[in-house]
This record gives sequence, structure tokens and C-alpha cells, in this order.
Amino acid sequence: MNFYCKRILMTVPTLLGISIITFVLLQALPGDPVQGLAGDRADPEVLERIRQSMGTERPITLQYVGYLKLLMQGELGRSHYTNRSVSRDIAQKLPNTIILAAAAMLFSTCFGILLGIFMAVNRGTIWDRLALMLSTGGISLPVFWLGLLLIYLFSFKLQLLPPAGMGKGFSGLLFLALPAATLGLNSAAALARITRTSMLEVLSQPYITTARAKGLARRVVIFKHAFKNTLIPVVTLIGLDFGSYLNGSILTETIFGWDGIGRYAVEGIFQRDYPVIMGCVLTGALLFVLVNLAVDLIYGLLDPRIAHAQTESKA
Amino acid sequence: MKRNLHFIRRNPALCVSTLMIVLLAVTALGAPLIAPFDPLAINLTIVKQSPGPVHLFGTDTLGRDIFSRVVFGARTSLLIGLSATALSLLIGLLAGMLAGYIGGATDTCITMITDLFLAFPSLLLAIAISVLLPPGLLSVTLALCLVGWASFARLFRAMIIALKERSFVEAASAMGCSHMRIMARHLLPHCLPVVMIAATIKVGGFILAESALSFLGLGIQPPEPTWGAMISLHRNYLSSAAWMIFFPGIAIALTVFAFNMFGDCLRDKLDPNLRI
Repeated sequence: MNFYCKRILMTVPTLLGISIITFVLLQALPGDPVQGLAGDRADPEVLERIRQSMGTERPITLQYVGYLKLLMQGELGRSHYTNRSVSRDIAQKLPNTIILAAAAMLFSTCFGILLGIFMAVNRGTIWDRLALMLSTGGISLPVFWLGLLLIYLFSFKLQLLPPAGMGKGFSGLLFLALPAATLGLNSAAALARITRTSMLEVLSQPYITTARAKGLARRVVIFKHAFKNTLIPVVTLIGLDFGSYLNGSILTETIFGWDGIGRYAVEGIFQRDYPVIMGCVLTGALLFVLVNLAVDLIYGLLDPRIAHAQTESKA
Repeated sequence: MKRNLHFIRRNPALCVSTLMIVLLAVTALGAPLIAPFDPLAINLTIVKQSPGPVHLFGTDTLGRDIFSRVVFGARTSLLIGLSATALSLLIGLLAGMLAGYIGGATDTCITMITDLFLAFPSLLLAIAISVLLPPGLLSVTLALCLVGWASFARLFRAMIIALKERSFVEAASAMGCSHMRIMARHLLPHCLPVVMIAATIKVGGFILAESALSFLGLGIQPPEPTWGAMISLHRNYLSSAAWMIFFPGIAIALTVFAFNMFGDCLRDKLDPNLRI
């Protein structure tokens, strides 16, 4: 069996495992779910009817199978507060989160790689140390605090950008700028460090010395010869970092009033709206697994040796 | 003395980060002595005062001294950061060692569980767990630990698998050492440097995650001062009283920065090829 089929099949147990964990979490929720659904003053007869229709009397394994069936149909239950379908709400808000994450990814990739190359090229100088310190600082900043500081600076002091909300067309870009920078900064710093290490490794290889020795300019060697090979570990990190975007979007969207699933999850937390919270957790995990899958597949395409090696070692 | 000075000049980052961590520990331990005011004392006559000689970091909307609250907040952050790291290290060590040393079906089983926990975005999982538990010190620590153990387990497993093929393990086993003894006396010491690096960086990560949880209202509950909750509580006063969110945030950033930098320096010293 080839690498790609195998890798795709490997996600099945992971997805099952995720559904088991969320199922266990749902079972462990405080309070009686039936009572929660019907309200505090519900008739015992009504409670009994709901209990039967939900099947809470059945053995736990059967309940899990029922839960899995619902998940397969994309059914995540209804919000306790708005009584709207959670899956429909998520489908509506997900594109906003993806736009934000994509913008943040663009920001962090540009800045991170440039800073990383800058550090590697100036290795050992005061600039390298300063930039390294800066990137350590960037990793250490709490996302929510950074967002608030940016709002303070760019919206209240300089009055350049709107503090929160969303817009359409060109003004949409203005609204996007601060949240994207907030969300992207942590991974920009992480990317810069990986790019630096990777670039230093590439620069120490003989073919770089050859290129320099035959008289090519430093700039040409760095951007034409070294850059492409530097990118291999960097691309992996960009993909793997997607989890940090999901984590960060919870906080960033809350601060900037961005109507995505992160803010939806936080609203769920504040109202103790369990179907909403679990729906968001499930969606986040699913996205994370799919992105990791995509990264592995792309990686196999970029560097065929990896796909080959994996097939060999598992055979 | 001269040698010490030389050392400082050669590795300023290590010295600075060590100093910062020591300072943090002193602040946390000596909080009642350092804080000039009671962090919980409400005084409605001095609300929203900007930073000045009496109230170094100003006062908040209830007239509480922000400097004292930041000082006491160090206790919570450090306590949770350290205890969550210790606990997840212990679980990760047991799981990783068993998986790596025994191998076979045990390995497959443990690796599957580890991968599963790594498949969730960490903050999202921590949120899901802490929603279930009554909010407080224990639940935050537990949530962080359940999220964090898997990366330690993966690290240990990889190290043990690489180590157990080495000849000194074979020698120990030939001399009649029990499996327990080989694991505890021969394999574990080899893992220690890497463990120290990973744990240091993890403390920073956990403190950051704890502040995010308290920012979302899932951490230690008010009025107990925590840095994350202080920021969340005053975020609506950003335009009029920014100092109320500035100082707790800088406290988080500096603390996490110190642990990250310390971890980096340890790595450079102990194991330069390691990537965590």
C-alpha cells in the first residue's frame, strides 16, 4: 500500500479516539442533560419522554454508537440558549475563522522567514542576538494581552485602525489587520527561530561554499541557492503551527469581536452552553487532524524521499 | 570572583534569565512582605488612580492596589506552572518509559493514546476539561496536566528507544540488573538533561496557558488575584486606564520570557542539537 493511502487511513483511529474523548467529556458534564434540555420546572412525564427519545437509559456503548451516528450526519445538537443548530452556527462562522487564520499565517510567514534569514545571515553579531531575544519575547507574549496593547496603540492613540468588528471590501482589510497581526505574532517568532537554525545548517554545506567560491554575490547565494533548502523544515512548522492558530483564535476573536468559532466557543463557555463548547472542541480537533494530514501529504509530494522512507520502514 | 564575571560576560542570557527566575521565586514566596497593601482590600475612595509614588502600578476599579495584586498573582502563576509541569512530567515519564522500554503491544497502545491527546489543539482541550470541573487551583492544574503529559511521553519514548540499544544497557542486563533497575538507574539519568530543558520551557508554556484560562474565566476565581483575570476584568477600561491591564500583562510576558530564555540557554549548554 502506498504512503498516501496509509496516511489517510491512519486518521480513522484518531478521529474515532477524538469522538470517544468528547463523548466521555459530554457524559461527565455536571447536571442532568435531560433536565437541562427541558428546563427546571419540567413535568416528570415530559422528562421521561425526552429521556426515552434521547436514549439515556440504554447501555453506554449503544449510546456511543448513537452519538457517532449523529456526528456522521454532522449533527452537533442544539444550543441550550438560542436553540439553534450548533453545526449550522459553526458552518456559518467557520469561514470567518479561516479568513483570520489565513491572514495571520500570511503575516507570520512573511515576517518570520525574513527575520530568520536576517538572523542567520548576521550570525553572531549583536543584531542576531537582539533579534533572537526579540523572537523569544514574541513567543512569550500572551496573545490576549498583545491584542489589547495593539488596540490601545493603533486604535486609541494613533486612531489608524478600528478596535473591533468586521467589515466588507477594503474596510474589511482594515478590520483584519490587527487581529491577524495579534494571531500571527507568536508563530512568526517561532518561524523565525526555525528559519534561522535551518538556514545556518544549509549555509554550512559545501555547495554554498562552492557557489561563493565561483564568485556569486552573497545575496544571490542566500536567496537562490540556500533559500529553497531552508524551507523544508519551515513548511512543516507552518502546518504544525495550525494548532496554535486555533488556540490563539479563541482569544483573538474574543478581543476583536471577530465572529468566528473561537468567539462562539467563548460565548458558549460564559453561558455554560455545553453543546456549543463540545461542538467547537470537536470542530477544532477535526480541523487540526485534517490540516496535519494535508501537511504530511504535501510534505511527501515536496520531498519524495520521505514518502518512500515511510513506506519502507512500515513494510 | 573574576571567573564569575567572565562567566557572566560569556553567557549574559543565562545570567539574566536565572536572575529573573530567582526574583520571581522571591516575589512569590515573600509576597506578604513585598506587597505594600492587601491585594483584596477594596477602597472605593481611590478607584482608578494612575501609577504614582503610593500606588506604584495604580489602582483598579475597586481601589485595589495593582502592584500588590501583581505580586500576589506571581504565587498562583508559579504554583500552577510548577505543579502542572511536575505532574505531567511524572505521567509522561511513566507512559513514555513503559512504551519505549517494553515495546510491542504496550508501545502501540500508549502511542495511540499519546497521539490522540496531541491531536487536540491544547487550549481547546484544556477549556473542555476545565468546563467540567469546578473552577479552582486543582482543576486548572489537572486540565493543563492532561493536555501537557503527551508531549513529554513522546519525548521520553523516543529517547528510551534510542538508548536501550546501547551497549551499556546490554551490559547492565548481562550483570543481572532487573528491568526496574535498568530503567531507574541506567536509562533515566541519560534522559535528565533533555528533561530539564523540556520541563523549563513547559513551565513557561503552562503559565501562559493558565493566564489564558483565567482570562476566559476558567481559572482561579476572583477575588483571588491572577494575572489573566486582572487583564480580563479591566479590558473595557483600555482607553481610559490602560495601566490596569498593562502591568499584569508585562508580568506574564516577563515570567514566560525568563523560563523560555533559561530553557534555551540550558539547551545550548547541554544538548545543542535538540529541537523542542
